[in-house]
Amino acid sequence: MQTWRIFFTGVGGQGTLLATRVLGEAALIADIPVVVSEIHGMAQRGGVVESAVVMGNALSPVISDGEVDILMAFEPLEALRAVRKCSAHSLVICNTSPVAPFSVASGRDQYPEVSHMMQTISHQVNNLIAFDARSLAREAGSELSVNMVMLGTLMGHAQMPFDEKVVKEVLSTRTKKSFLEINLKAFELGYKV
Amino acid sequence: MHELLTAQSGSKKLLLGNEAIVRGALEAGISFATTYPGTPSSEIGDNFYRISQETNMYFEYSVNEKVALETAAAASTSGLRTMCSMKHVGLNVASDALMTLAYVGVKGGMVIVSADDPSMHSSQNEQDNRLYARFAGIPMLEPADSQEALVMTRAAFDLSESYGLPVLLRTTTRVNHSRSVVELGKLQQARVRGIFVKDPLNLVPVPMVARRLHIALLEKLKKMRVEADISPFNRAEGQGTWGVVTSGVSYNYVKDAIGELNIANQVQLLKLGMTYPFPESLCLDFIGKVEKILVVEELEPFLEDMLKVTAQEGGVAIHIKGKGDKLLPRYFEFDPVLVKSAMAQFFQLDYKPPKVEIPSDLPQRPPNLCAGCPHRASYYAVRQAFGEGGAIYPSDIGCYTLGLLPPLAAADYLLCMGSSVSSAGGFSKAQDKPVVAFVGDSTFFHSGVTGLINAVHNDHNFVLVILDNGTTAMTGQQPHPGVELTDEGPQPPKVDIQKLVRGCGVDQVVVVNPLQVEKTVATVREIMEGAPGVKVVISKSPCPLFERRITGKKQKVVFRVTNECDMCRRCLDELGCPAFTYCEDENECAFIAIDEHLCSGCSVCKQICHAIKPKKKSA
Repeated sequence: MQTWRIFFTGVGGQGTLLATRVLGEAALIADIPVVVSEIHGMAQRGGVVESAVVMGNALSPVISDGEVDILMAFEPLEALRAVRKCSAHSLVICNTSPVAPFSVASGRDQYPEVSHMMQTISHQVNNLIAFDARSLAREAGSELSVNMVMLGTLMGHAQMPFDEKVVKEVLSTRTKKSFLEINLKAFELGYKV
Repeated sequence: MHELLTAQSGSKKLLLGNEAIVRGALEAGISFATTYPGTPSSEIGDNFYRISQETNMYFEYSVNEKVALETAAAASTSGLRTMCSMKHVGLNVASDALMTLAYVGVKGGMVIVSADDPSMHSSQNEQDNRLYARFAGIPMLEPADSQEALVMTRAAFDLSESYGLPVLLRTTTRVNHSRSVVELGKLQQARVRGIFVKDPLNLVPVPMVARRLHIALLEKLKKMRVEADISPFNRAEGQGTWGVVTSGVSYNYVKDAIGELNIANQVQLLKLGMTYPFPESLCLDFIGKVEKILVVEELEPFLEDMLKVTAQEGGVAIHIKGKGDKLLPRYFEFDPVLVKSAMAQFFQLDYKPPKVEIPSDLPQRPPNLCAGCPHRASYYAVRQAFGEGGAIYPSDIGCYTLGLLPPLAAADYLLCMGSSVSSAGGFSKAQDKPVVAFVGDSTFFHSGVTGLINAVHNDHNFVLVILDNGTTAMTGQQPHPGVELTDEGPQPPKVDIQKLVRGCGVDQVVVVNPLQVEKTVATVREIMEGAPGVKVVISKSPCPLFERRITGKKQKVVFRVTNECDMCRRCLDELGCPAFTYCEDENECAFIAIDEHLCSGCSVCKQICHAIKPKKKSA
């Protein structure tokens, strides 16, 4: 069996951990061996949140630099920070809507130009899908559904060992009823990117 | 009902290591659990808490880890199956009890979970707690993933009962916080009421008893060595002349490396799960079958050292290596490439790790206090009164440690839970600058209160600010003795912090609401100028995340920066609230804005700047 090493990066509050969990549960349903690793605690207070889903023929819960197959970047600056995880063969799915770190928000640091960052990434990897997931989430009904947009794009563009129906099945059991409709719509919008 | 109670035997679930530990304990018939929360162990207690609401199992968030272990020890001595979980540094706190519990022993099976944190994702050090098993003389199991976490926990209770010793289940962050597929076993009916049989000549370790108990403990360990030799958790895999010995999460990296380096036919792997007492005969047998051995383990050379001793005692000269140049480091957690590189180096294989370009000069994104966090307001007030260089600020462990960075810069010294109070006393006796210490409410109960009694007793001279946000916020809002907001509505605290402080002999005590900025600054100034001695400011305002979760309170206002703003930047430079943004318009004209989605409506900024005004929060 092949191995899928998927690395998630984002900022506390963007819902990366829910996205990793949903993907892990989908793998369980599809009977694909899976390991998900998360970091809880201090890092979540507005800092960088990284997690990983490893499916198929591997046991290691973490992914080394240079060994990621798919980078799911919920924020452009964090995409660039995490590009060390990728090789030329990696697929990068990147939300281009920035979340300013505090040093930038307070005017002490400059946020790098997004287009410039995307260019740097596309020089390092062959496949980059960069789009504004936040506006699609807004279109779906809530900015909080960026994670669902991102999952949709993953299922629409990457060769995965199961199809999007499995992910939707998990969404219907793992997300709050009141958000389900928005989440599914966000997933669809992401899928069609 | 809780998912871990309803899930069927034989079914497969994607469980966190911590959830698997809880399920394993339930399958072993646990009825009594204690903890003090700490990352990466917290979900064990949180799941037991919810389960205890639905069953007749007893669970408590103890005041600290020592208390948790002593409480659990009594339950176990009464015949109940018990678990006591904590983070690695928690076991330091509990170690006084642990060292003698090994002598006194247990009746009902008892499992102590130590969740170590290599790489210090959420900790102040990365000590290797496997050394505690050897130090105290208790058996230890090291799971590699969630499935093993479940199975080993279940087995640990039986092991504990058959030898009358607590078992250390030693995990690391990547076991606690990884999810993998687990096949569940059957839940077991638990015995919920115990019986204590008086037996002072075995349970009260006065010297004459303790001398006998120590010898008995060593005898038990000798017997257990045989158990380790035949344990199903210790097994050799594959057949080749290159030896690898590993335990815990490292096993996964080794397995992947063997596959990727294509050396399955050359390598014989000894996977150890029961690592103390050390399975000497099994290891000696393994040593005899291979030409050289690489030991792959995170942190200390625990297995490596014992293997070397075993080889020496067995009279075998063999090359055993683990830690060292170009092999494996004694610091931080491992990853697949690190392990592949070390194996390739040791067995002289051709492997080149991927080339990695690390972009430099990217703006950093350190964690920050939330918008509306009352700690920010407390720090602001103290800094107004004392200034940055005007005082020494010993700090403590909790969300508020995040006040370390500028602009708050409110942490100068930290060792461990409770050290703020005691070190403040030391500073006040050793040098001349004023000292203002910060401690959280839960940390104060945990181990700050002893330092406070000491300070009064020894005439120390400092101000202690107790940052009382009404919960153990950092680890997920667990309760502590001073909690007032509960799921059942507001209650008077079981232990009132102010009364406790006064009871410790502190006369100069004030309670402030830090969200009232001017009043708080004035109060801090007043207490600063008061008579020397131990003075306490209780800065009391609930964690807004906790308050919203418990009370369902809806936020009515947000704040905005009006055009009266003269760009003095005090809001940015002195508060450091993440809701603020420094922006530029199309004409490159700078202005300051507040992100409505992030603003929690605390009003602290409004009180320091006339240009900030409230507005109704849009739905």
